[in-house]
Amino acid sequence: MNHGRTRFVTGFLAIPVALYLIYVISPYAQAFYIALTDWRGVSATPRFVGLENFRRLLDDDVFWRAVGHNLLLLVLMPLLTVAVALFFAFLLNAGGRGGTGGIWGSKFYRVVFFFPQVLAVAVVAVLFQQIFRPDRSGMLNAPLMALGFEPVGFLSDTDVALWAILGVLVWQAVGFYVVLFSAGIASIPRDMFEAAAIDGAGGVQLFFRITLPLLWDTIQVGWVYLGIAALDVFAVVWVMTAEHGGPDHSTTVMAAEVYRTAFQYFKFGYASAMGVVLFFFTIGFAALALRLSRRERIEF
Amino acid sequence: MADAAIPRSRAYAREERRRRLGPLSVLTHVTLLVWTALVAIPIVWTFLASIKSEDEIFGDAWSLPASLRLDNWARAWEQAHIGQYMINSLVVVAFGTFGTMLFGSMAAYVLARYPFRGNRAVYLLFVSGLAFPVYLALSPLFFVVQNMGAIPVIGQFIGLNTHGGLVLVYIAYSLPFTVFFLAAFFRTLPGAVAEAAFVDGASHARVFFQIMLPMAKPGIVSVTIFNVLGQWNQYQLPLVLLTSDRQKWVLTQGIAEISTAAGYDADWSALFAALSMAILPMLVVYTIFQSQIQKGLTAGALK
Repeated sequence: MNHGRTRFVTGFLAIPVALYLIYVISPYAQAFYIALTDWRGVSATPRFVGLENFRRLLDDDVFWRAVGHNLLLLVLMPLLTVAVALFFAFLLNAGGRGGTGGIWGSKFYRVVFFFPQVLAVAVVAVLFQQIFRPDRSGMLNAPLMALGFEPVGFLSDTDVALWAILGVLVWQAVGFYVVLFSAGIASIPRDMFEAAAIDGAGGVQLFFRITLPLLWDTIQVGWVYLGIAALDVFAVVWVMTAEHGGPDHSTTVMAAEVYRTAFQYFKFGYASAMGVVLFFFTIGFAALALRLSRRERIEF
Repeated sequence: MADAAIPRSRAYAREERRRRLGPLSVLTHVTLLVWTALVAIPIVWTFLASIKSEDEIFGDAWSLPASLRLDNWARAWEQAHIGQYMINSLVVVAFGTFGTMLFGSMAAYVLARYPFRGNRAVYLLFVSGLAFPVYLALSPLFFVVQNMGAIPVIGQFIGLNTHGGLVLVYIAYSLPFTVFFLAAFFRTLPGAVAEAAFVDGASHARVFFQIMLPMAKPGIVSVTIFNVLGQWNQYQLPLVLLTSDRQKWVLTQGIAEISTAAGYDADWSALFAALSMAILPMLVVYTIFQSQIQKGLTAGALK
């Protein structure tokens, strides 16, 4: 059985490890170094500037606005998505009637709700750009104007645009978490609901006393996923908004600033410094989220 | 009376269903239907707009098209090059997913079932990629791919603005999840069948391809779906790596370009037709494989 074992192991690992080192590990490692240089992509040897890029970042108002927008999304996007998805998952599975299996048509609802998830984010962004059009050719403004209201500049009003983006992100994400939480609820033994229902628990009590605690692990996983997604938002902002994060930087996010700084201004050193900050936000969030929500796993 | 005689009959079932559709249940369905509408209406609206004339699109959003303007679809396919972009996407995703699954399952198998010095370190190296935001790597990645283009002979197939380069990048960035998921899967497979094959004189590679890989089929299917969707929907990496040569663009780039570069002279009907073309195949494929896709993606989230 040991015949050719070493050769086999090396042979099977060679290509995947090589690809991974070249295209993933080496760029990440380089990024940390480039962040300490003033590289603009033309000179062969970038000049080392130490922490200068990070010092400049402290004074970069646009970048901090981007950070602020990411933090707002980091709090609200998971909160809204999880709340809405939990609500629907509970309706679909427990039906407010003591958990007697899925309600009538639950499969249909799950199929439809999930659909936005399989659409490309760039396609969703273009689609909603059209929906949000600021005149009566926009799907949302048409009824508003018919009722005599002023049209809302969903993407052109600096006070509204970020909320419009939040709406799109939640619209796309909800279906996946409905399915995820439904799978979780379906694995909770039915007699738990029945016993509680016999003891007189209502729908609300069933939800808070049984569904929510037993689903906690799944919710936690979803929370971390959504948080990382909120820190990574790019295509929706880049494709959908004016000036790729406008108007007047009111919707820009860290990823958009990294991309703009690197590939439109060719300040690769400075962009990498932004990337490093984004990296620590992501790692920090994931560690914090897992830490805060750690608790005894309930086996059933 | 008849009901009493046959308690478990259809009448009983109807009664049971009516009981379940009490006032609370009606409210439940109304709530669920509202979200169904929120999902469906934008998509139906896009399809309707794709057969409207320019005047109708600039008219009331909720009006119906007066006639079927199918030439919008023809213009999007030909003049806006949506057909070309779609073929490009198909090619890149086909090779990208195949390569990801081949190399990913090879690495995962060895890491899961062959203890050797450094095994754990290599595994952790792969899995650590799950936590990194891709934006940090973008600038260096651009230059890595540019440098690959300078390699003699093969450089012209894997440099910037080549599908080969994008495929290799897709494979590399899909490896963390693929290895993570499949290694867990290979670990759970029983070893007895493989050992019997070894006794019969089968080689390690043969055992992998003819025994272990078929046994891992459920896991392979899930991860394949995950990678197909992820690579088909990718926008960021092509934006960086396929910049100048429009002929090479993938579908997401094409769609985004029609809308961002659109000035006053934009062809709005063609934009809606292009959107419909991007949505329709996903809708069809998803409807056919929906239970498989839902299972695959939720398994990915839970593992």
